[in-house]
Amino acid sequence: MNEETKKVVLDPMVDNNPVVLQILGICPALAVTTSLATALTMAIALTVVVSMSNVFVSMIRNSIPNNIRIIVQMTIIASLVIIVDQTLQAFAYDLSKRLSVFVGLIITNCIVLGRAEAFASKNPVGLSFLDGIGSGLGFGLVLILVGSIRECLGSGSLLGYPILPLVTEDGWYYPIGLMLLAPSAFFIIGLLIWALRSWKTEQIESPSYQIRAVHRTEVM
Amino acid sequence: MDAYLNLFIKAAFIENLPLTFFLGMCTFLAISKKIETAIGLGVAVIVVETITVPANNLIYQYLLKEDALQWAGLSGVDLSFLGLISYIGVIAAIVQILEMVLDRFFPALYNALGIFLPLVTVNCAIMGASLFMVEREYDFGQSVVFGFGAGFGWALALVALAGIRERLKYSDVPDGLQGLGITFITAGLMSLGFMAFSGIQL
Repeated sequence: MNEETKKVVLDPMVDNNPVVLQILGICPALAVTTSLATALTMAIALTVVVSMSNVFVSMIRNSIPNNIRIIVQMTIIASLVIIVDQTLQAFAYDLSKRLSVFVGLIITNCIVLGRAEAFASKNPVGLSFLDGIGSGLGFGLVLILVGSIRECLGSGSLLGYPILPLVTEDGWYYPIGLMLLAPSAFFIIGLLIWALRSWKTEQIESPSYQIRAVHRTEVM
Repeated sequence: MDAYLNLFIKAAFIENLPLTFFLGMCTFLAISKKIETAIGLGVAVIVVETITVPANNLIYQYLLKEDALQWAGLSGVDLSFLGLISYIGVIAAIVQILEMVLDRFFPALYNALGIFLPLVTVNCAIMGASLFMVEREYDFGQSVVFGFGAGFGWALALVALAGIRERLKYSDVPDGLQGLGITFITAGLMSLGFMAFSGIQL
């Protein structure tokens, strides 16, 4: 693997993560992370859609007129999402019920259209495929992290297997009910961003208004 | 009438799209820095939502649902797998038409909405409301109320967040939380607040 392909795949993980830095694809990252199983399914589904749509968009990049490209890209993405949705309904019906409308919402996920527009419409097929995989993994990483925290603290299990013994089953752990509710997802992602930016300080945004200390002589 | 009012309260407050289902989050976080722009986008979402949800309801009832094509003499046809691609097509088309109509007849409103109207096409709150309408099997009347309520709730949350963020810029936020981080925490606190609505029934 040469330098460039490595950069294309690994860059979206930490240095240029779609969720915590580019503010893309946040709805599913928050909504399907109540358990690790749904988060994993979503991560895989999105990786498949974004890498395949990148491949197809890249294939036809030289033959579609510029002014109708968005609608062509939307059609490709919508068809891929229908395939993923039907596959999930056929082979993992329970999971597809739990994901409810969020599989369909991959169509409007900004990561997919964003990568198709920004990368695949300008680059060759192979590289576009890898870029799709990279973006999918960067997105999946955040989902899996948030999903693990929420399921572990909220119901004391991971993928349905007990990790922290619950009080109701003669253990010691009182589950934190808030973790399964909507607000906790906001807090966890917010804290995750804080942690990441404390580590990678170049990602810190500059404040829009600077408070400055006023010396006492200025007041007088 | 009571049922409709109840549905409106439910769509706008109890099941607020951004704060309980996280729909339309990207725009919600990105375009909430100023109250004026937030109001513009909020109005655009209300208008588009009120039109697209009933339109998709008609498409679903008379074209896609199982046995829906009976009026055309075709029985036993189930096209519901085409749902996703039809809804996004309908949404994109309606936004485009709306843009042209506004440009021709209401230029003031068109200029006020500006860039937000086309942006609304890829907002998952619009698509999400249509998918919820199908999943919960609303009829036409209910889908009008649901579309308006969902749009109203989205706009309300957006304007509220913009108001908080305008004040927040004068506060001393830790470096790492600056910008996106503190916005997430704020949205989380708002979401806690909206949980107080759960259980309200008229």
